[in-house]
Amino acid sequence: MTDHLLEVRDLSVEFHTAAGTVKAVQNVSWHLDRGETLAILGESGSGKSVSASAVMNLIDMPPGRITSGQILLNGQDMLVMTAEQRRQINGCKIAMIFQDPLAHLNPVYSVGWQIAEMVTTHGGTRDKAQARALDLLRRVGIPEPELAMRKYPHQFSGGQRQRLMIAMALACKPDILIADEPTTALDVTVQAQVLELLEELQRETGMGLLLITHDLGVVAEIADRVVVMNGGQIVETGNAAEVYRNPRHPYTRKLIDAAPGKGQMPVERDRTGQPLLRAERLTKSYGAFHALKGVDLTIMPGETVAVVGESGSGKSTLARAILRLDDPDGGRILYRGDDLMAMAPRQLFGLRRDLQMVFQDPTQSLNPRMTVFQLISEAWVIHPDILPKAQWKDRAADLLVKVGLRPEMAARYPHQFSGGQRQRIAIARALAMEPKLIVCDEAVSALDVSIQAQVIELLDGLRREFGLSYLFIAHDLPVVRDFADRVVVMKSGEIVEEGPVRQIFDAPRHPYTRALLSASLDPDPVVQAARRTARQLETA
Amino acid sequence: MTGFIGKRALASGISLIGLVILVFFLSRLTGDPTNLYLPLDASIEAREQFRQLHGFNDPLIVQFGRYVMDLAQGDFGESLQQARPAMEVVLQAFGWTLRLALITMTCVTVAAIVIGSLAAFKVGGIFDRIATFFSLVGASAPDFWLAIVAIVIFAVNLHWLPTSGTGTPWHWVLPVAVLFVRPFGLILQVVRGSMITTLSSAYVKTARAKGVRTRSIIFVHGLRNAMLPVITVIGDQAAAILNGAVVIETIFGFPGIGKLMIDSILLRDFSVVLASIMISAVAIFIMNLLIDIAYAMLDPRIRY
Amino acid sequence: MTDTRIQSDPKPRGPFTTWLSMLWADKLAFFAALFLLVALLCAIFGPWLMGDLATKQNLRGRNAPPFDLARGWLMILGADALGRPLLPRIVVAAQNTLMVAGAAVLCSAVVGCGLGLIAGYSRKRAAQWIMRLGDVIMSFPSLLLAVIVLYMLEPSVANIVLVLAITRIPVYLRTTRAEVLEVRERMFVQAARVMGASDRRIIFRHILPVVLPTLLTIATLDFAFVMLAESSLSFLGIGIQPPEITWGLMVAQGREYLTTAWWLSFWPGLAIIGTTLSLNLLSNWMRIALDPAQRWRLEMRGRKND
Repeated sequence: MTDHLLEVRDLSVEFHTAAGTVKAVQNVSWHLDRGETLAILGESGSGKSVSASAVMNLIDMPPGRITSGQILLNGQDMLVMTAEQRRQINGCKIAMIFQDPLAHLNPVYSVGWQIAEMVTTHGGTRDKAQARALDLLRRVGIPEPELAMRKYPHQFSGGQRQRLMIAMALACKPDILIADEPTTALDVTVQAQVLELLEELQRETGMGLLLITHDLGVVAEIADRVVVMNGGQIVETGNAAEVYRNPRHPYTRKLIDAAPGKGQMPVERDRTGQPLLRAERLTKSYGAFHALKGVDLTIMPGETVAVVGESGSGKSTLARAILRLDDPDGGRILYRGDDLMAMAPRQLFGLRRDLQMVFQDPTQSLNPRMTVFQLISEAWVIHPDILPKAQWKDRAADLLVKVGLRPEMAARYPHQFSGGQRQRIAIARALAMEPKLIVCDEAVSALDVSIQAQVIELLDGLRREFGLSYLFIAHDLPVVRDFADRVVVMKSGEIVEEGPVRQIFDAPRHPYTRALLSASLDPDPVVQAARRTARQLETA
Repeated sequence: MTGFIGKRALASGISLIGLVILVFFLSRLTGDPTNLYLPLDASIEAREQFRQLHGFNDPLIVQFGRYVMDLAQGDFGESLQQARPAMEVVLQAFGWTLRLALITMTCVTVAAIVIGSLAAFKVGGIFDRIATFFSLVGASAPDFWLAIVAIVIFAVNLHWLPTSGTGTPWHWVLPVAVLFVRPFGLILQVVRGSMITTLSSAYVKTARAKGVRTRSIIFVHGLRNAMLPVITVIGDQAAAILNGAVVIETIFGFPGIGKLMIDSILLRDFSVVLASIMISAVAIFIMNLLIDIAYAMLDPRIRY
Repeated sequence: MTDTRIQSDPKPRGPFTTWLSMLWADKLAFFAALFLLVALLCAIFGPWLMGDLATKQNLRGRNAPPFDLARGWLMILGADALGRPLLPRIVVAAQNTLMVAGAAVLCSAVVGCGLGLIAGYSRKRAAQWIMRLGDVIMSFPSLLLAVIVLYMLEPSVANIVLVLAITRIPVYLRTTRAEVLEVRERMFVQAARVMGASDRRIIFRHILPVVLPTLLTIATLDFAFVMLAESSLSFLGIGIQPPEITWGLMVAQGREYLTTAWWLSFWPGLAIIGTTLSLNLLSNWMRIALDPAQRWRLEMRGRKND
């Protein structure tokens, strides 16, 4: 039997927590060879990062404990090595990059110092380290590398920071690079660039790349082989394209089915009559930064309008302005013909019922010290005219059933639920107001893919049942494809393109829309390969 | 940066003016100092002459006006008690306190940072537990009681150390040691807490993934980040000593600004009280400025 | 549906037993709470039970040394310069000591927290003024301020409480404001605003419950600080005046007899340390127990000990 570059054999890790011992991974085995890319795919809680942490000796013991297995680097078991030997492997033979580069770079040291430290730690001289750091900054595409050496992490953009992390990881020319969700927090266009950089560097150096991700698109873009994990166990492993074409395990199948952007697009609807909501020439500035530069938007009754844009596009500012959480500097917002901006507080209070919001992170949008019943019934405390107190219990139970939860859950606190369930509670709370329009601000972005699909399905069903309208804010196009009637694409505070969903996806007119579409990753490796070739032709 | 200092100086100046006005009028309400300074059998004429000399006969507002005029010319008044310019008296006392604060805080800072960092590295370990317990006891002990106990043990019973004065280095041991205890306990706890947070942060994880040595992780990656909240507390504690370690200076007969302030309030030496308040305020202002500069030096994200 | 995973509910227990078992999980905090309970009982019932004993002079027992059981158990800690037994005196002094500190903490916490809520929640000019006021108080050396004011006014219990309370207001003001500024931007407060909740409802239903644990922790710590400050004032002779007694005053009174009768200052000082140390320990425990994200540490340890 030949030795792999890195092999994990039969690894089991458990953690001691308040809820007892949790088996984070059980009997996990995988291997990585030179020049190859292996992806570990899984949702949150699947244990996808645990084996990588074990490789890097990053598991705190206690509370963690490795109960069985071996980790072989070139055939040598790392788990029997001394701490000092492990330390010398870290960074030198195996390097790692992480999801949130801002948090993972030390804020008080210059990036040049941090990259050079990698070299000096492993025996290089100061001068050599400086020269190497400068080289790397140039290689990963940081503008003005001499100047950048002396800058600090907070002075770079999100994409640049991930490039810095990559530069740091490659400083000692490692044999293996482990990337833990390297593009998750990044905008789609930036994500594509970072993945491309990783691919290039891998080709140059011939290193093995281990990629940990929740995103089928990332797997399709970059991985040769894939390991699918669920509940701490490997459910399926194989060639990436093969696994996508013929998933053998039901979980893999479910994951692939849940990937957005494959269903029927809704047909265009009639847009005559009085709009439910109309925003005209909205402007908003924060100091010198113009978040909204004259935005117009119309939502018809029963319609779902999706606003798609990357960070800084002004999409969230637009949502907040429409709900008057932040007052816009200029423009009008007409609700059924009445100007919201000109309304007295008392009138506005009455209208609050009609306009509700579901936030991105349900963990933060639900008061942790209130029970589910208190959360839902708060609507009726604030607006006593909706429902007499005697009926609160029944209606709350009703709403819980409507969003797919059980009535007896009303007595529990938010922290006793999973993320997807919490978002359902948030939706039930919005429904308690009997609104006409629900603004969903990235309402599914923080959820796992399979949960994402369920929540969107729920929202779609509720729309038909209650005749609701949605303003759906998202940073990603595929999510809104099967769901929205109209799509508005925003960039730097302006609407660059607007139209029915079919038109946006099938015949995008604006170059930015096209860029967004081509940058978003398709879960199908074959489609993704074709896109990549097209992209490379375009840039060449 | 200059704009920031200017703004701060302005705010401090305004509150100092308010404080001076308040103290000026309040202190005059405590009574006439004449009887304290002249012998009991002094004649009425002598008393009248004393009042006339120091202007205590004029209405309060006139006295205040005169004080402000003198102040504008850099004259802080005379010390009734020592018959010397008040500012001279105050600066001399402040010099002693400054030395006391510097010595104490240097010891405290070094000891608290080293012990606190090491305690944080193995949370719940035996070293951590002992350090935490002693820091809590230290932070809980009233300084006057510690001073008394120290005097009983080291001066009265063992005759190792002198109890009062500033003559030799030995005279400094007890005041410094007693002043050391409480700030040490407080700062140690902050260092430990801050270090625990820092050591569990994402960039320390990165450092471990880079293969950085443990010593470097604690003292290079961890400490500089952990120092930010610590500096504030160091500043507060240093300010507390500069403001007059009243009790300690009284017990050990240390001629610092705290003892001076108390004595001059007791003896109604108004000019000295006011001058020492002003010196204190300036000292605190400079202290806070140093803290802010240290902040900016430690953390490149902070710009004023 | 895969998102039906629910954390197992802990054993149903009353809130009182839950807290008690969490306290038991941290032995130091448990004994601290016990010590404070004893001190509190002394403060409430001490003067009533031992008031006479504490003031009865006995010239034959002047400066009687401690641990001499021949004079009866009341003399176990010795007697002072007038032959008054120290143990009952310490018990009786607990009342003034704890009352002054308690009243000062309560006043400064209520006023500071109220002002902090206003300063943090409203963006109006009033908020600016409140913060300036806090800065001005902060820029005064607090002990000096107390000294000056207490020389001007007579050092009665009410005045001491007032002075101590004023000097501590900024602590609560700043903490509350900082917390409110953070909490008001949290998503669940925004959600309440979207629902049309009134400012009063948002402050009292959504913001205050989140801020309260922090304030409680700080108040506990501050209680210790105020006690030390009161002791210092009494020690300097401008705090509580005889014949009223506090622990700080007892330490001061014993200072004259340092060379001959160390116990006069030693025992009351020990009482002060015991109380402040207990408060510190309890505050550390509260910081964990009141934080939902940290509480498991105590619950876990508590369960192991079951």
